[in-house]
Amino acid sequence: MSSTRSVALIATIATALVACGGDDRASEPTSITLVAYSSFPTAADSPVVIALDEFTERTGIAVEILIAGDTGTMLSKATLTAGNPEGDVMWGVDNTFLSRAVDSKIFDPYEAAGVDDLPNELTALAPNGEATPVDYGDVCVNYDIAALAAIGLAPPTSFADLAKPDYASRLVVQNPATSSPGLAFLLATVAEFGEGGWEHYWAELRRNGVLVVDDWETAYYGDFSRAGGSKPLVLSYGSSPPFEVLYATEPLSAAPTGVVDATCFRQIEFAGVLRGTDAPTGARQLVDFLVSERFQREVALNLFVFPVNQDVVLEPVFVEFATIPDKPLTLDPSMIEKNRSDWIDRWTTVVTG
Amino acid sequence: MVAVAAPPAAFLIIFYAWPLATLMVRGLSADALVDTFSRDRTWRVLWFTLWQAGVSTALTLVVGLMPTWAVSRFTFPGRRMLLSLLTAVFVLPTVVVGAAFNALLPNALDRSIWAILGAHVVFNLAVVVRTVGAVWEQLPVDLDHAASTLGARPSQVFWHVTLPLLRPALAAAAAIVFLFTFTSFGVIRVLGTASRSTIEVEVWRRATQLGDIGGAAVLSLMQLLVLGLMVICSTSLQRRHARTVSVSAAQRRPVPSARQRLLVSGTVGATLVVVAAPLLALVERSLRIDGGYSLAGWRALGNDQTRTGITTGVDPIGALIRSVTTALWATGFSVLIGAAAVVAIAALGRSGKWLDTGLMLPLGTSAITIGFGMLITFDTSPFDWRASWWLVPVGHALVSVPFVVRSALGVVRSIDPDLRAAAATLGAPPIHAWATTTLPFIRRPLATGAGLAAAISLGEFGATSFLSRSGADTLPIAIERLLARTGQLFHAQAFALSTILAAATVTIVILIDASDRRFRHHRVGRARRS
Repeated sequence: MSSTRSVALIATIATALVACGGDDRASEPTSITLVAYSSFPTAADSPVVIALDEFTERTGIAVEILIAGDTGTMLSKATLTAGNPEGDVMWGVDNTFLSRAVDSKIFDPYEAAGVDDLPNELTALAPNGEATPVDYGDVCVNYDIAALAAIGLAPPTSFADLAKPDYASRLVVQNPATSSPGLAFLLATVAEFGEGGWEHYWAELRRNGVLVVDDWETAYYGDFSRAGGSKPLVLSYGSSPPFEVLYATEPLSAAPTGVVDATCFRQIEFAGVLRGTDAPTGARQLVDFLVSERFQREVALNLFVFPVNQDVVLEPVFVEFATIPDKPLTLDPSMIEKNRSDWIDRWTTVVTG
Repeated sequence: MVAVAAPPAAFLIIFYAWPLATLMVRGLSADALVDTFSRDRTWRVLWFTLWQAGVSTALTLVVGLMPTWAVSRFTFPGRRMLLSLLTAVFVLPTVVVGAAFNALLPNALDRSIWAILGAHVVFNLAVVVRTVGAVWEQLPVDLDHAASTLGARPSQVFWHVTLPLLRPALAAAAAIVFLFTFTSFGVIRVLGTASRSTIEVEVWRRATQLGDIGGAAVLSLMQLLVLGLMVICSTSLQRRHARTVSVSAAQRRPVPSARQRLLVSGTVGATLVVVAAPLLALVERSLRIDGGYSLAGWRALGNDQTRTGITTGVDPIGALIRSVTTALWATGFSVLIGAAAVVAIAALGRSGKWLDTGLMLPLGTSAITIGFGMLITFDTSPFDWRASWWLVPVGHALVSVPFVVRSALGVVRSIDPDLRAAAATLGAPPIHAWATTTLPFIRRPLATGAGLAAAISLGEFGATSFLSRSGADTLPIAIERLLARTGQLFHAQAFALSTILAAATVTIVILIDASDRRFRHHRVGRARRS
């Protein structure tokens, strides 16, 4: 990154821009950059940022947060800049993208301190420190309790239910080609019905009037009946019900929405040291901190996912209203990477063709 | 004078051509070409992009004619307001207004092709009304009168007199609307479905979601080529249909007669409804929480903590301040580059056309190719600029310079070259001659361009949204982040921010129009004197 000499060079090229161009953050080993997806909090009073400030106090290493877009965009940028990264540590590559991240060598392998204490099912995807699991959550079909009661329907309990006439034209999901929960749901059906059966299931869903929209906001805030839409079933997260309680304008004593356990697909997010960082020691220290109890206790309320660190005590609202299924659906990341494009194309043919 | 071309040319080469070329070199390969063109989807996307842009353009022209007639031929209360509103809708971020538009639609139209076409018409009406209106209001009314005196019915006057004279302006408006609908991104993301994707959206999908940079590069190039062909067609068309008529700049617009009043007020009313609806929807949604209405979303703006210990992680007021700061810088860059470009284009004649076209290119280039291109171009010393704060306003300038150029070019061209020659003859050095003969005339159009640039920068959601940024959201990004959160309060907050953004944009555009009008009176007065 630019030194005084390079600043002088720039000066000859673009005088007007120079005064502001001197950015010698990276030459300072006491400052590192955390690259994250767009829903990562950045406001100074966010508990996540306050936790990072404590890391700075403890280690003398300042942390700057660099927002890189949604997970796919963030990963594409990291792939393009592999070896000469925009930052030092990356937060938030999930298991549907993990294989691409590992194959394009964006991370330096590192075994974080405390990673041995993490549950096996979370570390199994990166057994040799290719990346470090930092949080997890589930993508599941949610239902509007009041809306279903009003039409006299019991909540669905399985994939098969969703294709039944009772639930015709009542479900809105996201397009797997453009949305991360949408892709998770497609993967859930692949995991449930296998390579030979998922297309048939989607054909049934289509016949049953499933609505496909581009992104989560449109589905949850446009079409879901809780927000005034017409669909009592929506593809969202296992942690959506507690957030309906937490962020309700008037205090609620019970969650207004529920989760169809059998449809849940597990998403695990990873962090890692970016290959080519000029502050490898600080970067590793930060990864250690990200899985420590101090940082992990903030992720549930601020990142809407569950902490991997088992020492964290969850807020009662999560214990009460969140769904963490015992046996969520899952698929091998390398299988996802190999077939993602093909599955999405085939899905597009079946559902919108 | 030629030296003046250097800054805009350098700007274009460094911040547009170089990043684009870098990405093409990285992405393009024989495999990528073969893969892309052997994929059925590519052809489906190309076909959809073409036909929806064609239909959107035709519809916009047809729908736009009546309001254009009303505002360019008559004076009525609220006329300027209507023009400003139209322009404001044009520069608002489509992702946000698209979401509001979606909320307005009856369920039957939800995500149908009509929703897309309708949104395109509403967003681009301003282009037709402004481009065609500028010519229409200068057509001598005597022509109509002469034709009517000779017995032509109003419809005959329109078809045989007015329309032929408007044709070049219509072609110009059509070209612009086609450009914007062909590269439509926000509207399609919000209102489209999986099978309705434009090339621009497909480039985004391949580059970000599938990590296929090669495929994205090929598609991006295809988009530029198709648009290039369109530009060539439309310029030759405009040239063939060009007619001369002596225009009178300072015509007084009459108040509509009793018979016309019904038609004019009907047209204006309908246009107002169509344009104001999405804006009002923003306000409505900022107030809607839990099925009822409350000001909670607005109250939460100044307070990041929604409840003790729970924060949004988004700082709306900070985002507003950053947006304004960014817009100021972007405006500064755009005006400096734009002013130099205008002078150079006017002075260079034929080769000036190249610069003019070149500066338009960023509008037709997939935003993500520029954004990702910048990322891998400005990554090594001494060009390690990718984390620099000024790259964002520079990116905004890339898309607003063409508007600055459009605002001022006509005026500069119309300045009598004899004036400068006279100044030179009288011994004035070139700079001085320019400062005394040209500058007074382009100050106002530049101010107009500056206002447009500020409005565009406030709502910009293009290339720079693909740059990484350090904890510093601008308004559109903060809105997008809030929309992505569970919790109705955040959603209301996002629409409250959108309302602020829309209000800021409308205010800026109204201010521009007001100052522009004063200037016109002034300029016409001078031109008469000379």
